[in-house]
Amino acid sequence: MRRQATERAASLLQVEAVRKRYGRNDVLAGIDLSIDTGEVVCLIGSSGSGKSTLLRCLDLLERVDDGTIWFEGVDVTDPRINADVVRRRIGLVFQAYNLFPHVSVLGNVTMAPRRVHGRRRREAQDEALALLDRFGLAAKAHVFPDSLSGGQQQRVALVRAVATRPRLLLLDEVTSALDPELVGEVLSMVAELKDEGMTMLIATHELSFARDVADRVCFLHAGVVHEQGPARQLLDSPREPRTRDFLRRFHAR
Amino acid sequence: MVLGLLSWAIASSPGWSSVQQSYFDPAEARLALPEVAEAFVFNVRLFLVAEVTILAVALVVAVIRVLPSPALMPLKLVAVVYTDVFRGTPTILVIFLVGFGFPALRLEGVPTSYFTLGLIALTLSYGAYVAEVVRAGIQSVHPSQVSSARALGLTYGQAMRLVVLPQGLRRVMPPLLNDFVSLQKDTALVSVIGLVEALRAAQVRASNDFNFTPYVVAACFFIAVTVPIARFADWIALRQLRREQGRVLG
Ligand SMILES: Nc1ncnc2c1ncn2[C@@H]1O[C@H](COP(=O)(O)OP(=O)(O)OP(=O)(O)O)[C@@H](O)[C@H]1O
Ligand SMILES: [Mg+2]
Repeated sequence: MRRQATERAASLLQVEAVRKRYGRNDVLAGIDLSIDTGEVVCLIGSSGSGKSTLLRCLDLLERVDDGTIWFEGVDVTDPRINADVVRRRIGLVFQAYNLFPHVSVLGNVTMAPRRVHGRRRREAQDEALALLDRFGLAAKAHVFPDSLSGGQQQRVALVRAVATRPRLLLLDEVTSALDPELVGEVLSMVAELKDEGMTMLIATHELSFARDVADRVCFLHAGVVHEQGPARQLLDSPREPRTRDFLRRFHAR
Repeated sequence: MVLGLLSWAIASSPGWSSVQQSYFDPAEARLALPEVAEAFVFNVRLFLVAEVTILAVALVVAVIRVLPSPALMPLKLVAVVYTDVFRGTPTILVIFLVGFGFPALRLEGVPTSYFTLGLIALTLSYGAYVAEVVRAGIQSVHPSQVSSARALGLTYGQAMRLVVLPQGLRRVMPPLLNDFVSLQKDTALVSVIGLVEALRAAQVRASNDFNFTPYVVAACFFIAVTVPIARFADWIALRQLRREQGRVLG
């Protein structure tokens, strides 16, 4: 679909007063957030604070009830926008990997490049194999996902998202479903993506990871971004009492 | 063992020789065989074509029923009514209605060939059953599969075609094949509108000779075709079970 007239040049992603409710539950109650190209932002908050909901809204898998999302200067909450075209430019990786069980690892990674981006089969496969190789998965290219460990599956899911060359990558608690010993391999892959300049918004419970990798951390509470700031500052010396509360309870676990 | 005892009991029963005469007469079987075989080709042809049209109708109806779009409500209603009506009506009745009803309309363009009429009737009747099987398959695929397909930029149609249907259809393959086993048998029902298929050919032969052996010959043909399909269905089901339990790669 053609670009709308309502363009503005600013951040890669700009979220303004976004609201989303399920029934009587105001999950998002006016979210404001912006992300610049190349930035890595971590989203923290207690369970049920709406992290996943926000990410699904940003990828247009859910419609927002109110507010505006600007992506690459385009208002993507405009109902006339073709959501499929927007999703092509945004990657989203889920907690539960969600690989396609009926196709091989290579088939998973090449599906979108071939079917959505119109790449030739050979070309898509060569690129996918190069990516898999870089993340230590080349030997797994021709097996089916359910023969892989959770960590491997999640790394394939990351490769699958990266293979579409997204301008923005959304990660929803990509390590929460993993056994502790498998968390490291996934997090180091995310760190590697950051080094390559990938713009990411990462919902996570891994606070030490957030401290290491994030440029900025946002604390989500009661449906709004309650506090945000540079990673170290927010995690080590938060200004807001509620943020302090959350972090204290978190470290007490 | 049981079978052996049973056949011994039957063979030694007082009425056996007369039953053997009228049902298992080798001379009569030899006479009936070419006629029934020739007519059976028709059953197989009808089966093969109907398989394709039924699957096509079933896919369309099933997909319409699971579409999330509220704008398609009228179309969905049509699909629901169609499945309800044709699943509730006996196949033989549908064949009667289509076979005699359509030509009676004497409308331009309405097919009058018995083959086409039989095909339409079987497709309408079986399409409703198979649509429900396909729908169950679609719904057995977790919604998160659609989410991740859409997140990759695939359209709803692509997500359906490339992600949901391959998984869903594979899962309902055994019941689907069972429906096709019974379809193969039900091709005999089109004889009621005067089509000369295997059963009809046997019937003609039998009433001429006052002997039922041609029926047995016809039965053998049906069994010969349905048994392999049934075995194939078993094999698919078993392989699926193994795959789910042992994570065997295929
Ligand atoms: N489809 C839905 N229908 C109704 N309520 C929903 C739906 N999705 C989410 N919710 C509700 O919205 C709230 C926020 O859920 P969400 O999954 O976004 O939280 P989260 O911050 O990701 O939590 P977690 O850390 O456990 O993943 C929860 O109260 C949840 O019950
Ligand atoms: Mg969540």
